[in-house]
Formats: sequence, C-alpha cells, structure tokens
Amino acid sequence: MNLDLRIPMGLMFTLVGLILTIFGIATNGSPIYDASLGINANLWWGLVLFVFGLTMFLMGRRSEKRLAALPPEPEEPGEVRRGH
Amino acid sequence: MLNLTAVDWLIMLLYFVFVLGIGFALKRYMKTSKDFFQAGRALPAWICGLAFISANLGAQEVIGMGASGAKYGLETAHFYGIGAIPAMVFVGIFMMPFYYGSKARSVPEFLRMRFDEKTRALNACSFAVMTVFSSGISMYAMARLIQALHVFDGLFHALGWAPEGIFTFSIVLSAIIVLAYIFLGGLTSAIYNEVLQFFLIIAGFLPLVLLGLRNIGGWAGLKASVPVAYMHEWKGVAHASTNPMGIEIIGIGMGLGFVLGSGYWCTDFLVIQTAMASKNMESARRVPLIAAVPKIFFPFLVILPGLLAIGLPTPHTTTTTTYAANGAIIHNTVVVSPQVEQGRGLVPAKINPVTGKPMLTASGQPLLDYDMATPNMLLHFFPTGILGLGLTALLASFMSGMAGNVTAFNTVFTYDLYQSYIHKGGSDKHYMAVGRWATVGGILLSIATAYAAINFNNIMDTLQLVFSFVNAPLFATFLLGMFWKRATGHGAFAGLITGTAAAMLHHGLTLPIEARAGIHGGWLAVVHHYPSDMAQNFWGAIFAFSANFIVTVVVSLATKARPESELVGLVHSLTPKPERAHLVWWKRPEALAVAVLLMAVALNIFFY
Repeated sequence: MNLDLRIPMGLMFTLVGLILTIFGIATNGSPIYDASLGINANLWWGLVLFVFGLTMFLMGRRSEKRLAALPPEPEEPGEVRRGH
Repeated sequence: MLNLTAVDWLIMLLYFVFVLGIGFALKRYMKTSKDFFQAGRALPAWICGLAFISANLGAQEVIGMGASGAKYGLETAHFYGIGAIPAMVFVGIFMMPFYYGSKARSVPEFLRMRFDEKTRALNACSFAVMTVFSSGISMYAMARLIQALHVFDGLFHALGWAPEGIFTFSIVLSAIIVLAYIFLGGLTSAIYNEVLQFFLIIAGFLPLVLLGLRNIGGWAGLKASVPVAYMHEWKGVAHASTNPMGIEIIGIGMGLGFVLGSGYWCTDFLVIQTAMASKNMESARRVPLIAAVPKIFFPFLVILPGLLAIGLPTPHTTTTTTYAANGAIIHNTVVVSPQVEQGRGLVPAKINPVTGKPMLTASGQPLLDYDMATPNMLLHFFPTGILGLGLTALLASFMSGMAGNVTAFNTVFTYDLYQSYIHKGGSDKHYMAVGRWATVGGILLSIATAYAAINFNNIMDTLQLVFSFVNAPLFATFLLGMFWKRATGHGAFAGLITGTAAAMLHHGLTLPIEARAGIHGGWLAVVHHYPSDMAQNFWGAIFAFSANFIVTVVVSLATKARPESELVGLVHSLTPKPERAHLVWWKRPEALAVAVLLMAVALNIFFY
C-alpha cells in the first residue's frame, strides 16, 4: 500500500492525548470537573488516547520498515495468482 | 452556555490539519482513474471494514440513534441486531463474490452487466440524485447543530461578525474541507478519513457513556430511572401496543431485517464502494464481516447516550442559600430555561418560536426535541478540553458522511453517466479530471440542497420519503439478479418501477396515528392507520419489495432469457465457488460470519 494510515492517525491521537493530558494536569482540581462528576476527564482520557495513538504509530512504522526491507513486489495487486 | 477555550479549538484545528494533510499526502499516489475512484483496489481489509461502517456513521446515525434511543429505548438496537448485522454477513458471504468478482466499478455498472443498459441508467440516475441530496441534508443538519450548540458564537463575537453568518460559515467550511481532501486523494482519502472518524467517535463517545452510566448509578441505576419497556429489545414485541415503537414482530423482522436493512447494506454503493476498494476477493468478502464486529457494540456507543439523557434527572431552577463566614447570606440561583425545565431528563422540550411556549402533543404532553439528546449529553458531562474532542467527533461524523456520498456520486456520475452516455472512449486522464470536477459539482449541489432546506420546511422529510420510495424495492432486484439465472433485464426494470410505485401507493393510502394527511401519508385516501410512522415505514418497504419481486419474476418468465454463458460470474449457480482451500479454516470468511452471528445473538439475548 502507498501510505500506511496508522502513521498519521497514530500521530494525531498521540498529539490529542498529549494536549488533553497536559491540560488535565494544569487544571487538576479545578471546578470545571464538576461537570464530569469530579473526575479529571482530560487527564485520564488524554492518557488513554496517548497510549492508543503511540501504539498505532509504532505499529505503522514497524510494518513500513518491514515492507521497505522486502524485495519490491511484482505489480498487479489484487490478482493473487496461485499456481495450479 | 457553551464555553469553548483554546484547548477545544486546538483539538478541532489539529483534526482539520490532519484531514487535509492526509489528502495532500495521498495526492501523489493518484495516477490513474482506478486510483482515484476505486482506491487502486489495494486497501487492506481492516481499513475498508472500518470505513464500511463509518460511511454510515454520519449525522443521521450518531444524532438519530441517540434520539431514537431517547424516544423508543433499547428497541432501537433492532436496527443493529436485525437490520444491519445479518445483512452485512449476507453481503460478505453471498453477494461480494459477484460485486468484486465481476470487476464492476460501481453498483449500477454491476446492474448493466447482469441485466441491461436501461436498468443501469435508472439506478445510476436515481442514485446520483439521492447521494447529492443526502450530502446536502447532512450539511444542513450539521450547520443547524452548530447553530444550536453555539459552537462558533464565541469566535464570531470575538471577530465582530454578525451571528447570522454562522450557518453559511459552517456550510462553507465543511464544504471546502471535504472538497479539498476528495479532490486530492479520491476514494482513498474518503476511506482514510472515515477510519479516522471511526476512532474519533469512539474517543469522543466512550467517555460520555462511562460518565453517564456512573452518574445514573450504573446499569441498575439506568434500569430504575427509565420505564421498563425502554430497557427491553424483545419483550413486548409480539404485539404493537406493548412496545414503544408500536410495531409487531413481523413488521420488524420482515421490514427492517429483510427489506430495509438488506436494501441498505447490500445494495447501497455508498457502503459497497469501500468493500470494492479492498485488495483481493478474500479481503472484499471479509470487509463487511470485519465491519459487523464493531457494529455489534455500537448500540452502547450511540443509543445509550440518548437513553441516559432521558433517564437523568431534569434540571430545575434552584436557589441555594449559603451562609458565608462573615455572616452574610448568599442566595445562589441557577436559572434553567423553560425549554429545559419542560423537557424530560436532558432532552429539552420543543419551543414554539412565535409564542415562546413549549409545543404540546395531541395528548397534552410537551413535545420533546429528541435530536438534542446526544449533543446535550456532551455539553452536560464534558469539561473544556475533552469537550473539544467530543465536538470534533461530531463534526467528523458529519463531514465523513458527506464525503462518502460525494465519492459515491463522482464515481457513478463519471463511469455510469458520463462515460456511458455523454463521452465514450476518452483517455483515462480525462475521466479522472471529470471525476475531480464531478466532486466540485456534487458539493455545489449539496450546498444548494442545504440552502433549499432552510427555505422549505418540509424538504428534509420529503427527501427522506423519496429515498424510501426508491430504495425499498432495490434489494429484490439484486436478490433475483444474483440467485436466479432466469431473471431478465426487462423484468428487473419493470420490477423496479412497480416497486417504487407500490411504495408511493402504500404511503398515499395509509397514515400513522396522530398525523395529519399530507407529507406523513394518506394523500390519496386513508384506508389504514399505523401506530407509528416507523411501522408505516417498515410495512411500506415490505409492500415495495414484494411488488418488485413478483413483477420481476412474472415479466422475466414472459421475456427471453440471456444465454447462460453470458452470466458466468454474475449469477450464483453459474459461478465457481470462490477459491479458499489455501486458507486455514478460521481465516475463511464463513468462520468469521458464524462468529459474528453468534455475537449478535448474544447481544440480543443480553438486551432481551
């Protein structure tokens, strides 16, 4: 495939996670969390998204490296010919 | 009201940057029209699978399922358990070999291969018109929601712009973004953004459901705060009067399961295009099955917010008196608008814009604005920061719904209308350019539809109605075409026309209770009353399907059959079984299908 989606997608969620986590730390204990039942939703959900994004990103990078290491595939994808 | 801060804007901006970035990154891979319209037929199955459900996860789904959850309760999950899952399994196992194997580039093109030119032309024209209108409706709904939530009010205030411009601003902004990324990256761009949106919806809605459940006291708390019938999917379904939707088992099973669900998931090019973009036959067959797995769990994500919104306590104007340390008495009054106070839970009442009083139903209850159930949940539970994420998820779902429609439109327009009837034998580059400009045209028409919707109150209802007339009979044509080699082009064409006519006739002769004759039905004469518009809808679909089925069979038998040699690869009995002996048994699509069905049954038992 041309562009592995996991790389930009992972990057986006990593950044969103990072933003939420930092914002969550900065606003810890603030009355804005009355709405979310006293839970620091930004901090916790930011961490979850950060881990998810990073995992995606690393998976994408790994498969890209693996593909680059392989010899170039013959053209005509989708037409898997099996000798029989 | 809504207080968005810099963090919220930052997250929204980040999403827009990535969406456009993906478009630009894909531009250099768009070399042939196959790359542009069919994503080169080279995408992995998991990406196409997630895009397959995301294509449907537009505004109507996210807002509509929440609204339906608030209105009908867990019975809404039938749209998943009966409507979507079996149809997705069916299209993956039985129909995909013909869609993918025939090398058709679109669903109308498949109809030309199987039947004839006129059937294709009919389907291509009605489909092209409907997709443009759908994306226009999506645009309109988004702009209205942005207005209702006051998303851009702060921005407009800060810039000194008139708030009347918010509607236009929302429409133009979304149109430019969708246009840019499809113009650059074609179907691949649309599919990638659908996958991005899939994860954004989970990221935005999962914490919402968790917070809502925690607030209401878990599953037991939710059960205690809504009427009993709301928590059951099947109990009371044997008779129309004992379930909130007012439909009995036959109507649901046949109408939703067999006709509407299958009609949508098995024939709509909007979703089928994602499966046709996958890299080989096995992947293409796995796409709808992969899509079905998250689909099983989506009721928790999109229906529960609506149900929770109804179950939570209704806010009232309250005055709390506190005594400060210095002896001063402080009265703290939280004023709640009558709109909210008259509502139920977090679902506000509808306000008559002229009198300012809540609108009432025929039985004197306040009319509720169910569409606000899910958005109000977001505003209620999310602090700034994660609120930006939730709103981004909403915007993403609107935009990718639009994008799916636009890519389906440009493909059908270019291949099935332009290449077939306007300009044959052009170069590949020419058709790719036409596709790009069809994208521009499609978006401009969508914008026109969105503006028409402001001026004509009923246009949305009317369009939905017309779609149901056209869509309801379609599945019969595909079913007969793929599984009955005797079906002929004349038969299919006559069947489609009759099916649509039957749907219109049914609508003209029946009326839901508590509705006036007109747009809701009964415009010829009222011979039957249905308990709800949903019931009317389902039964209309059943009539349309049956009429199409019978007429197609009769006319086919009376006309000359096509030689069998021409139908190889298009009809089940004449096509060799897909090669799969080289796959381990658990990797075969059939094994995945059984697993999906078992999960769906388990879900239905859980929600009983």
